[in-house]
Amino acid sequence: MRPDIGLPDRAATSRETGGELPSGRPLRERRGPGAVTGALAVSRAVTPPAPAAGVARATPDAAPAPRLAAESLDAYFGALHAVKDATLALPDRFVTAIIGPSGCGKSTLLRCLNRMHETVPGARVAGRVLFDGQDIYGRDVNVTAVRQHIGMVFQRPTPFPTMSIHDNVAAGLSTVSPRPSRTEIDAIVEHALHRAALWDEVKDRLRDAATGLSGGQQQRLCIARALAVEPQVLLLDEPTASLDPISAQKVEELVYELRRDMTVVIVTHNMQQAARVSDRTAFMLHGNLVEIAPTKELFTTPRDERTEAYITGRFG
Amino acid sequence: MTMAPARPASIPAAAPAHPSAPRPPRWTDAHVTVAMRSKRHRRRLVNGLMVGLVTLAALLAVLPLIVILGHLVALGGRSVQWHFFTSLPRPVGEVGGGMANAIVGTLILVGLASAIGLPVGIGAGLYLAEHAGTWLATVTRFLSDVLNGLPSIVMGIFAWQFLVRPLGHFSTWAGSVALAAMMIPQVARTTEEIVRTVPVSLREAALALGYARWRTSLSIVLRTASAGIVTGALVAIARIAGETAPLLFTAFGNQFWSTSLNQPIAALPLQIFTYAVSPYDDWHAQAWAGALVLIGLILLISLIARLATRHRFAGPGGD
Repeated sequence: MRPDIGLPDRAATSRETGGELPSGRPLRERRGPGAVTGALAVSRAVTPPAPAAGVARATPDAAPAPRLAAESLDAYFGALHAVKDATLALPDRFVTAIIGPSGCGKSTLLRCLNRMHETVPGARVAGRVLFDGQDIYGRDVNVTAVRQHIGMVFQRPTPFPTMSIHDNVAAGLSTVSPRPSRTEIDAIVEHALHRAALWDEVKDRLRDAATGLSGGQQQRLCIARALAVEPQVLLLDEPTASLDPISAQKVEELVYELRRDMTVVIVTHNMQQAARVSDRTAFMLHGNLVEIAPTKELFTTPRDERTEAYITGRFG
Repeated sequence: MTMAPARPASIPAAAPAHPSAPRPPRWTDAHVTVAMRSKRHRRRLVNGLMVGLVTLAALLAVLPLIVILGHLVALGGRSVQWHFFTSLPRPVGEVGGGMANAIVGTLILVGLASAIGLPVGIGAGLYLAEHAGTWLATVTRFLSDVLNGLPSIVMGIFAWQFLVRPLGHFSTWAGSVALAAMMIPQVARTTEEIVRTVPVSLREAALALGYARWRTSLSIVLRTASAGIVTGALVAIARIAGETAPLLFTAFGNQFWSTSLNQPIAALPLQIFTYAVSPYDDWHAQAWAGALVLIGLILLISLIARLATRHRFAGPGGD
């Protein structure tokens, strides 16, 4: 059974073909029998089962079935054609990096993957993005459900300034239905902070202002906030660009850890970072998705000469 | 060896240069020439002058308030006694008497006006900020500015025409609606300005968490802007609390005790006006006292609202 993002039942049959969720997460709750609008319920599993020890990860070359896939995706800002006919598959529990020079459309592509692009006035998207086989741009899809399943962290840390550390992490849970109880929330918050490697630093001041944290801590807080709603995919838009090297390293280690139980897409300026954290790397230039390949392959034997020019530092 | 004329006695003469000796500091007071000294004096002088001028401006800005307060205390302070808050106005010549009805009346009028005006004004401001480009927002913004500049007496006549005349009697409702109509454009515009300062990144963060747009606006944007909105609301409340003109034909005033929303009701500004234009000295004193109480009331409201919003974030177990 796949997470339900509100497609009508005719889509459900095609969904069944994929089989069980790899992480063995509990089934999504439905609002009612045959509910057409679908359940928005995000998994309330406090401790999602860790992948069994010794489970062999697929190698980057033999990627598993895609969790998320873009098909002939075009994105526009008014007249500007920011992403041109992009097609890419994001394999489950892989870290995919998107690299490219400034303004190449990599952030825009990322924002199309959880329908954040359309929140900008004048922005438009054409094409399909399949999340477990369902088009998230489909007619009856619930946008907020899409964003709960496909979380996002931005370049600059964005803690909610009026909320405490605890409440920031719990913020996303207020949209979950049925709403978790207070003790459940506390457990989820603790678990999310553990996963974001922030728990030890904040456990004694959960009720303090989130804005009192350092920049690196704030960014990990934002990651914890995104993780608290248990997304299946996490989109990271240059998550370390505004951080110092030590904080950046912590976030990188975190990304490396996260791929054990989720699909991660990371946009980065930093090629070394892409090489360090990702299984697969995509290179974009002027809105075109030039090449996508296993990271090692892309950096050692790029197929496209533009990719080679970029990674060897001849432009960009 | 000659001493530089400007060198203070406390600074020792530079030691003769020797390769092994530690080098003297490159730049000490001893090196300051007369020309540099005069330049420094000039800079300090100009700086002092400018600081003095802006301090003076700051003092001048609060001077009227201090003078008014002093004047009120001097003239009305003696009349502000316990019975002023507890008893009703008495006829001329009778000693004592107070403005209990007017104080309560003002609280009711301002409370009711705020209950109508603040939600509408804040909601309108939120709309103006979140849907800035739409034609409705453009028109609303323009009309709000026009309404803001409308003389308050016109608002009173308007309320009289639409609420008093059809119903056939003056009432608290009519007065509150007139006051609310004055609040709304002001609150809307200040809310809009404050909401616009909330960074887009916060909205995006909320949307990316799966918040619907309305929820983002209410629980993230409004909450982040709340301190500024409270300030704007307080300014508006303080302004309408002192309004007289819109109440002349609506709340009308009342010499007796009434808290009915369908009857004419007393209000401090009205009472002050009535007493101030009367020919009696003891009524004049009452008017001064009323003005003092009105200012105190506004101060109190501001203070309470400030305290209530100060630690809004770290409440125990809040979520």
